[in-house]
Amino acid sequence: MPQFDPAFFAPQLFWLAVTFITLYVLMAKVALPKIGAVLDERQRKIDDNLDKAAQLKAEAEAAVAAYEKALSESRAHAHSVIKEASERLAKKAEESTRELNAKLAEQIKAGETRIAAAKDAALTNVREVALEVAGATIARLVGGAADQAQLEAAVAAALKEAGQ
Amino acid sequence: MANPIEQFKIKPIIPLEVGGVDISFTNSAVMMVIAVVVVTAFLTLSVRSRALVPGRWQSMAEVFYEFIAGMLRENVGSAGRKYFPFIFTLFMFVLTGNLLGMVPGAFTYTSHVIVTFGMAIVVFIGVTIIGFARHGTHFLRMFFPEGAPIATAVILVPIEVISYFSRPFSLAVRLFANMTVGHIILKVLGGFVVALGVFGVVPFAFLGAVTVLEFGIAMLQAYVFTILSCIYLHDAIHMH
Repeated sequence: MPQFDPAFFAPQLFWLAVTFITLYVLMAKVALPKIGAVLDERQRKIDDNLDKAAQLKAEAEAAVAAYEKALSESRAHAHSVIKEASERLAKKAEESTRELNAKLAEQIKAGETRIAAAKDAALTNVREVALEVAGATIARLVGGAADQAQLEAAVAAALKEAGQ
Repeated sequence: MANPIEQFKIKPIIPLEVGGVDISFTNSAVMMVIAVVVVTAFLTLSVRSRALVPGRWQSMAEVFYEFIAGMLRENVGSAGRKYFPFIFTLFMFVLTGNLLGMVPGAFTYTSHVIVTFGMAIVVFIGVTIIGFARHGTHFLRMFFPEGAPIATAVILVPIEVISYFSRPFSLAVRLFANMTVGHIILKVLGGFVVALGVFGVVPFAFLGAVTVLEFGIAMLQAYVFTILSCIYLHDAIHMH
């Protein structure tokens, strides 16, 4: 077999060394770093995208949390505004009711005073008219003027009787 | 019928001699140079575009890279990282030699025991140096496992020494024998096809099947050569 012919050992070993070392250098310095760089870059890009996705997810969650917080805050705010407004309105209504009551009471009082005055005035008039009528009647019936003091007492008694 | 041994013959193309040593450029050297060119061209041109989504060729280059990187990682661990270019070169050189040999009429340099032995002895010496560099004289523990009774040393040490020193030979002979026998079978079957005329159809069908098998063996033997080198490297770095 040619494989066992020592005459060809030296040239084969020599060229094996030359080609193998050449291939080693080409692989170590050129081919493998290139392929490695491509693989690394892909891995980095994938990692980057995953990171970015995670970041976006976190951002979205933060936005949702912020939205919910704002929502609950504004709800609470609205609640307090409504409460305040209704309290204020209730107070105002109460106040105006009280004012109106006071005013009405005053007017009623004034009215009563006026009525009392009118009544007094009317009663005074009635007495004078009664005195005059009584005087005139006596003068016509009896002839001559009646006793003024007796007349006044009789009218007063009659008025009292009617007043009751 | 053509002599099935004929295909292994070395034919000097450019006779050279330096200092009394014959370093002629032969048909074997031609195939080695072609292998270097093919491997380098394949691995550099395929990743030239540096595509994020790899094409067909780039995927293949990446597969080779990750296959050997994974093999080294699994068998040697992270300490084997710096030997990656060597292991990768070894695999590609053997694989390409085996596959180029399947081209009809081509010479198969891995069918020459001196070539396979050349690579095996480099692995053997390299691994031994790495072992002593990492562990010093403690590396001699390789030949006598920890915890074994001292009386067994008489048997264990010679066995371990012989098995250690037979590594380069088994590594070299396995590859050489597989390639040589495969090519002889192909040649003999080819001879039958021609000799039997019309009835040559039968050996021709068989030849087809054996050719497929030989492609498998070409890849398998490159894998075996490389993984054994990785295992030897593991022994040197981590001991047993």
